[in-house]
Amino acid sequence: MAVRVLLPAYLRPFAGGRAEIEIPAHPPTVGAALETLRVEHPGVVDRVLTESGGVRRHVNLFVGETSIRWTGGLETKLDDFCEISIIQAVSGG
Amino acid sequence: MPATRHVTVKDGDVLVLVGTMKGAFLFRSNGARKTWDVAGPYFPGHAVYAMAYDGRAGRRRLWASATSMHWGGDLRSSDDFGKTWTTPAQANVKFPPEAGLSLTNIWQIRVGPNEQPNVLWCGVEPASLFESRDAGETWELVRGLHDHPHRPRWEPGGGGLCLHTILPDPVDRHRMVVAISTGGVYRTEDGGHTWNACNRGVRADFLPEKHPEFGQCVHKIVQHPRRPHTMFLQNHWGLYRSDDGGDSWHDIAGSVPSDFGFAMVIHPHDPDVVYIVPLESDGFRATPEGKLRVYRTRDGGGSWEPLTNGLPQKQAYETVLRDGMAADALDPAGVYFGTRSGKLFASSDGGASWRLLADGLPPIVCVKAAVIGDPKKVRVPKPAARKKPASRKKVAIRKMAAPRKKAATRKKAATRRRR
Repeated sequence: MAVRVLLPAYLRPFAGGRAEIEIPAHPPTVGAALETLRVEHPGVVDRVLTESGGVRRHVNLFVGETSIRWTGGLETKLDDFCEISIIQAVSGG
Repeated sequence: MPATRHVTVKDGDVLVLVGTMKGAFLFRSNGARKTWDVAGPYFPGHAVYAMAYDGRAGRRRLWASATSMHWGGDLRSSDDFGKTWTTPAQANVKFPPEAGLSLTNIWQIRVGPNEQPNVLWCGVEPASLFESRDAGETWELVRGLHDHPHRPRWEPGGGGLCLHTILPDPVDRHRMVVAISTGGVYRTEDGGHTWNACNRGVRADFLPEKHPEFGQCVHKIVQHPRRPHTMFLQNHWGLYRSDDGGDSWHDIAGSVPSDFGFAMVIHPHDPDVVYIVPLESDGFRATPEGKLRVYRTRDGGGSWEPLTNGLPQKQAYETVLRDGMAADALDPAGVYFGTRSGKLFASSDGGASWRLLADGLPPIVCVKAAVIGDPKKVRVPKPAARKKPASRKKVAIRKMAAPRKKAATRKKAATRRRR
């Protein structure tokens, strides 16, 4: 019933060096998963969400292989044993 | 990521802190400021719009704002001149949830006066002021300015809606002036609880009403600690001076080739000496005529002179941004500026001559200078005595003497031939 969150290299120092974190209590949505994650790893979530609560513009979140942009954003429902990937967007210059 | 080089810094050294769009660099020299070591890049890939040095209360601390396009920004500090930097577990500068705003960038870090060694401020985008009273451990939004009724009508300029200038009064700790693009000049006299717009005389060419109460696009303000009620202002079109703490401003552009520009620096020892880099129009925003010229006034804005010795005067279409110029506290003062094309220039004689310290850096958005330890104890070699040009009279005498000598020689030769 756990949800796994996969972290990019940039965020791992804020999670004790871990590349993935398991959230045991099954959160119903991506937003709920991040709020659960915030309790133990606030530095990770500070860098994924803005103070206003939105996902940063150049950060992409995927549930499985689908971007949450197309599935309801932070309200995207989570299935059992799913994975949330936090990935840096290709933007830059 | 690129390998980061470090420098060893000791008391009496001069540090130039350079923030770029892709990281920070340090340039170190001694009082002579002839040879420079370079360190960095720190925070590669992060935009560093603000840097500062805090030498109060025995500290030797560098500050930098490091903003990732992807992951947001925060303030970092280093107590070993860049060898290690703090990485805050949580973002240390952020809006409270009820503000409904998100931090975009940190534009300015201002160290408080020596009498308040644990006070710092930072100016951010969207335009707000944060204050720390524990030497940068925690930061709090200055509510008086944040809740100002003008806020909803402030508009972002090209760089964003930023608070970029913070001038605490060196005498009255309840008094401070800040500048916002575009919002204008605001002043508090009660420690930040209330703020008044102070833009009388400053024009806003981009608005239907040219002299509104607020909404001006002020690019930079400077003041001298010995004369804090006099301030100089580089506007989005316009150069101004105030002698009443910002109550009113009058135009001092005079002979500059353009009164548009961003950067402005005041001399550390002379409150009448100010440096600017005029730019051609708000459309082009590059140095006029392809000549990179720093302009200096030595009479408080009464007149301006171009400083060009050592600066490129052909095909130099450069841009120096609002925090891209700084002066150190030595005598003679060092003046430094960086360009959007990644060039760093330095003068160790108050602007009389310049040299290129670095080329090929990422676009430079911030230049700050610091003397480590007491500037008065730093040994600064005296500038080489210039060869005194011969006076007109002497030159004239020589010119007259030479033909006479030649004539005499010719006469002797003729006499010899006759013999």
